[in-house]
Amino acid sequence: MPLLWLILIVVAIAAVGYVLGRARALQSAGGDSRGLHSLPTFYGANVALKTAVPAFGLLIVWLLVQPIFVNSQISGMIPDTEVEEGSSRSLVMAEVRRTAYGLENAVAQGNITEDAASNANADIAEVTQSLKDAGQIVTSEITQPILLAAQSYRVMNSGGYSVMSIAVILIALAGAVFSWRQTQSEYRARNVVEQGVRVLLLAAASIAILTTVGIVLSLVFNTWEFFKLYPASDFFFGTTWSPSFSGRGGSSSLGVLPLLWGTLYISIVALLVAVPIGLFAAIYLSEYASPRVRSFAKPMLEVLAGIPTIVYGLFALLTVGPLLLEVFGDDGLGWMKAGTAVMTAGLVMGVMLIPFVSSLSDDIINAVPQAMRDGSYGLGANQSETIRQVVLPAALPGIVGAVLLAASRAIGETMIVVMGAGAAARLSLNPFEAMTTVTAKIVSQLTGDADFASPEALVAFALGMTLFILTLGLNVFALYIVRKYREQYE
Amino acid sequence: MNDMSRVERQVDTNKIKLECRDCQVYYGETHAIKDVNVDIEDKTVTAFIGPSGCGKSTFLRCLNRMNDTIDVARVKGSFKLDGEDIYDKRVDPVQLRAKVGMVFQKPNPFPKSIYDNVAYGPRIHGLARNKAELDEIVEKSLRRGAIWNEVKDRLDAPGTGLSGGQQQRLCIARAVATEPEVLLMDEPCSALDPIATAQVEELIDELRSRYSVVIVTHSMQQAARVSQKTAFFHLGNLVEFGETGQIFTNPEDPRTESYITGRIG
Repeated sequence: MPLLWLILIVVAIAAVGYVLGRARALQSAGGDSRGLHSLPTFYGANVALKTAVPAFGLLIVWLLVQPIFVNSQISGMIPDTEVEEGSSRSLVMAEVRRTAYGLENAVAQGNITEDAASNANADIAEVTQSLKDAGQIVTSEITQPILLAAQSYRVMNSGGYSVMSIAVILIALAGAVFSWRQTQSEYRARNVVEQGVRVLLLAAASIAILTTVGIVLSLVFNTWEFFKLYPASDFFFGTTWSPSFSGRGGSSSLGVLPLLWGTLYISIVALLVAVPIGLFAAIYLSEYASPRVRSFAKPMLEVLAGIPTIVYGLFALLTVGPLLLEVFGDDGLGWMKAGTAVMTAGLVMGVMLIPFVSSLSDDIINAVPQAMRDGSYGLGANQSETIRQVVLPAALPGIVGAVLLAASRAIGETMIVVMGAGAAARLSLNPFEAMTTVTAKIVSQLTGDADFASPEALVAFALGMTLFILTLGLNVFALYIVRKYREQYE
Repeated sequence: MNDMSRVERQVDTNKIKLECRDCQVYYGETHAIKDVNVDIEDKTVTAFIGPSGCGKSTFLRCLNRMNDTIDVARVKGSFKLDGEDIYDKRVDPVQLRAKVGMVFQKPNPFPKSIYDNVAYGPRIHGLARNKAELDEIVEKSLRRGAIWNEVKDRLDAPGTGLSGGQQQRLCIARAVATEPEVLLMDEPCSALDPIATAQVEELIDELRSRYSVVIVTHSMQQAARVSQKTAFFHLGNLVEFGETGQIFTNPEDPRTESYITGRIG
């Protein structure tokens, strides 16, 4: 039975349960909903909840557990002789799964009869050929044990799914009947439903947190792998970055310092552009602009935030780079060799960050109580004195938060760097030289054709971890600043 | 509280500090203040009383052009401080506010240290030539604000960390530090407890020896206690203006009588 049908059946049972539960509740109160503990809909929802939640819970658990179980069973069936030298059991298992799916699809398409597919003594060459005819992917020729394993894989899987369908429907029905019988006028359905809502919200919150944990764990394990292959001190304190893609290990120097330097340099240039412009724009918008100008200018500024970074990258590559080259290149001051440079990427990234700084700062400046401004005006301060000495200090924690947020954006930015700053990892003070950042190198290390188990590829995870800790630190620091100074003017 | 002192009050000899004639204020289409004529005398406490929304705070804010910061507000009429029209184009509202200080309803210390709060005005107006002079101004102002003894050991502590009553006295000290000629107070005690109120009232009485004080209040007892002149506003009109004793004991207008006896408002 297809999964969709199963889900629809459970939903249907829940819906029927809702209607019946509601009706039974009303009936138990003699048709007068005032005699009930909760509103009739709560009784209906109670039945629907107790029908659907255990059934879907079982469904999810079963879907997670069954493949693991079947895999371990089938894996035991394959004799060790079948596992070739230099290969591994998991590769053979992949072959078995592919064959099983091939058979399944071929049967579904009608290229093979069900009997032929499950015939244990079938001719292997024939099966391979008919699978190929059916357009299924078969890598090499199928051996006898693999065919057998694939066939029992099919049987166990389909059998398992049938049992699952029945079990799920039974659980749903049981839940429906149980909760329907529970339904009486004194039953506290509202409290149960409230609990259900609470759990739902909790689940949503924990998914976000668990995902973060999962991401961190996947980084941690791969980073650990990397440090087993490559000394940590060379990674953290090495000043050259030259991964070799042809040789394996040994010949690569994977020092993170040039990349970190590039990241920080470009981010600093970007922040030097974004913070003053963004802050001044925010001050203009919140303190000087008339409501009409503000209602027009603020969305315009925020449009900047909606431009994809790849478009900024194009802007850097095609407009800003050549422009800078004209002024600072060989025809001008002679500091710049090519259009891709720290300055190019930094300037464009700064433009990208302006709306972050301005929009957040604008909200924060607006949140400074009018009483502060009145107090300052009442003492004979003019507008700029008031802003400089009263409004900005009061808004400072929020502004610092906005700047740090922009900083973590800058550190994590990739596309603009790839297109605007070049690809050379270099420790240099000249902002008109090409440099690269941690993120750009993660992309190039993982998208190359290096073996995934080599330090050249695994270094991407170590880089990712470094970056993650860097931005996490910045965010925590931002939160700390904002929290520490928040109450000061409230 | 002090009927005796009310009798003793001598206000006739004081010259007129701020003369307001035919004052009108509009908030957009709303005519908030209608034909108000008031003379604020020097070295006198003038109280504005009246029910909520009668325009007394609005009128107070006209006296140092604080209504300029509200876009929709328009002010008409003549306001003469020492004979000079404060709404004249040549007058800088910023300088005017240095002469006509203001204390607000809710204590609003800046998120700075106590010292910096008081030094704020003197600094922006360049009243002190050096640090020693500034220290002196701050101490003098805090003493005049009757809060020196409570904060002298923690001038570097944030002004927002003080209690409500202390904050309000700090705000008064802050306003006094710029040496204003007129001090406007918009319900300065409405957020304070009775003890803090008593302290602030005592302070107002002391300030009278140097400044002309205008106070808006909801409390008629407070007006009776601290002021020498009282103006009663109702629905944007100035109903009655005169000696405080006169207004509270023998009002001319029946509306005033209704208000002070608690029948309206």
